[in-house]
Amino acid sequence: MADARTMDIKDQPGFRTIAVICLLVLYVPVLILMIFSLNSGSLVTHWEGVTLNWYGSALLNEEFHSAAKNTLIISVTATIVSTICATLAAIGMTRVKPWRGLAAAFMVINLPLMVPEIITAVATLSFFALIAGTFGLNFGIGNLILAHTVFCIPFAYMPVRARLEDMDLTLEYAAADLYATPWNAFRRITLPLLVPGVMSGAALAFIVSFDDFTITQLVAGPGQTTLPLYIWNQIRRPMTPEINAISTILLMVSILFVSISFLIARRRAK
Amino acid sequence: MPEQPGKNAIEVRGVRKVFGAGENQVAALDTVSVSIRENEFFTLLGPSGCGKTTLLRLIAGFDFPTAGEILLHGQDIAPLPPYKRPVNTVFQSYALFPHMTVAQNIGFGLEMLGKPKAETEARVAQMLKLVKMEALKARRTSQISGGQQQRVALARALAPQPKVLLLDEPLSALDYKLRKEMQIELKRLQHETGITFIFVTHDQEEALTMSDRIAVMSAGKILQVGTPRDIYERPAERFVADFIGETNFLPGTVVSKQAGVATVKFASNATIAAGYPEGFDPTGEVTLVVRPEHADLVPDPAKGTIAGTLSNIVYFGTDTHYHVKLDGGENFIVRHQNSRSSPVTFGTGAKVGIQFEEDAARVLKD
Repeated sequence: MADARTMDIKDQPGFRTIAVICLLVLYVPVLILMIFSLNSGSLVTHWEGVTLNWYGSALLNEEFHSAAKNTLIISVTATIVSTICATLAAIGMTRVKPWRGLAAAFMVINLPLMVPEIITAVATLSFFALIAGTFGLNFGIGNLILAHTVFCIPFAYMPVRARLEDMDLTLEYAAADLYATPWNAFRRITLPLLVPGVMSGAALAFIVSFDDFTITQLVAGPGQTTLPLYIWNQIRRPMTPEINAISTILLMVSILFVSISFLIARRRAK
Repeated sequence: MPEQPGKNAIEVRGVRKVFGAGENQVAALDTVSVSIRENEFFTLLGPSGCGKTTLLRLIAGFDFPTAGEILLHGQDIAPLPPYKRPVNTVFQSYALFPHMTVAQNIGFGLEMLGKPKAETEARVAQMLKLVKMEALKARRTSQISGGQQQRVALARALAPQPKVLLLDEPLSALDYKLRKEMQIELKRLQHETGITFIFVTHDQEEALTMSDRIAVMSAGKILQVGTPRDIYERPAERFVADFIGETNFLPGTVVSKQAGVATVKFASNATIAAGYPEGFDPTGEVTLVVRPEHADLVPDPAKGTIAGTLSNIVYFGTDTHYHVKLDGGENFIVRHQNSRSSPVTFGTGAKVGIQFEEDAARVLKD
């Protein structure tokens, strides 16, 4: 046992080489993408000089604005709704007596993580087509919001559940012992302590919704272009570094949210 | 001891608690009845798994009995949820609310009871003073030491002026010195507040030093209830004698008995008078129990009631333990208090005799 513990994987032959290759493959393309967003030429493969003009034109681009607006409406709504559903689900599955079908419910909630996204996308598309065909109902952008909400739930669910499972149940006993009704105990003790988990889940849900492509591509109707769809449409034309600038902006938003989620998670670990 | 109706804070009547179902059923409490008096420092003492914490949780309301009643001042509280019982708990882990300050923690119960703000604040101030935590009232509970957290947990449980305070091994997380301090502190708080304390512990020394009365529990049953002196000097069963303090067990045969005193003969033909608990009728082969401090060594084996060879001498500072291998093969420990005027003259390997003080030996149920 002592040998296994003192063995350092860093000393294994080839460790450094493999690590460096992995890091390069992961980050060099992203880095090149970001660097070319500053290219003064109009090609994404030939470097000419430094400029911020592409950011300027991206920020003035009406189509980009409309895509960003759609993305925000969908992501923010889906985040809020899915986080609420996930939180309620997590409470219902950790703070009750074990009930028949608890394992099944857990499976169902986490199923979207396991089903290939393209399957979910086709199924969702068929579902909305069926509703439109049978009842003549079309919720417009609501279709996208609904689809996003559903696949965001497991992402929001996991941190909330982890937080609830980590929480000392004695605290809730103590609240009940000190005359707090179940509702008051939840409001004053469980919920405030759950906030970091909920925030972390919401940040995760937001990112997943924010950059979803497959499901959005199939479900989106005319005028419902989101940022990932907009980028996809742009690269089918001759590409300019404007697309690099837009991608960089998206990346920054993603990094911001991942960092928030990470920082919250670290704070709660203290 | 006769029950005095109306003077009991808590009466547990025929309470059973069964966990699990079908073949996996475990009776954590097996028909327990006990009365706890007003203003009493009452201790539930027993090894882990004996049901003491289960009984405490039933009184607090975190669990409900399978059968039986729990009366608080004559009223059955067993079906009430915890937030409707005028009973508060100090938890083993303290369970302080980490997102609140010390003062907010202490005021929580009063706030939940809907007390006016001014009253809550005055009571919190009073509690902070009682546990000497005024200076730290604005701190988060994560920013104070274990001993301080313990005081806050006490203040929080005492603030709503409960009829009964339940303490679930509250001192077990503290180091030795702090534990000794808190034992005295708890006694002081109980005296000053006049609240009935029900204290759960597996530490027999803690139970003996702090309690007015002790209930010794084992395997879901209460074996004996009595004052610390009763429990120590007149244990009702072998388990009680063994669990509390050090005890010597000696085999013997009852030759006669009269008015609660049996004459027991050892293998060496020596006899001794030994008391036995009420309701127990010792006959034939029995086990005698003798506390190590109720026996003495004599250099002449013939002068002792029993004899043996000194096999080991262990020095404890305040006293010395002499381990004697009896001629019959059993081990016997004699505890001798050390003093300036009692020179130790025995060496290991010496043949010695053991004399008993009057009333030292008792016959107990196995």
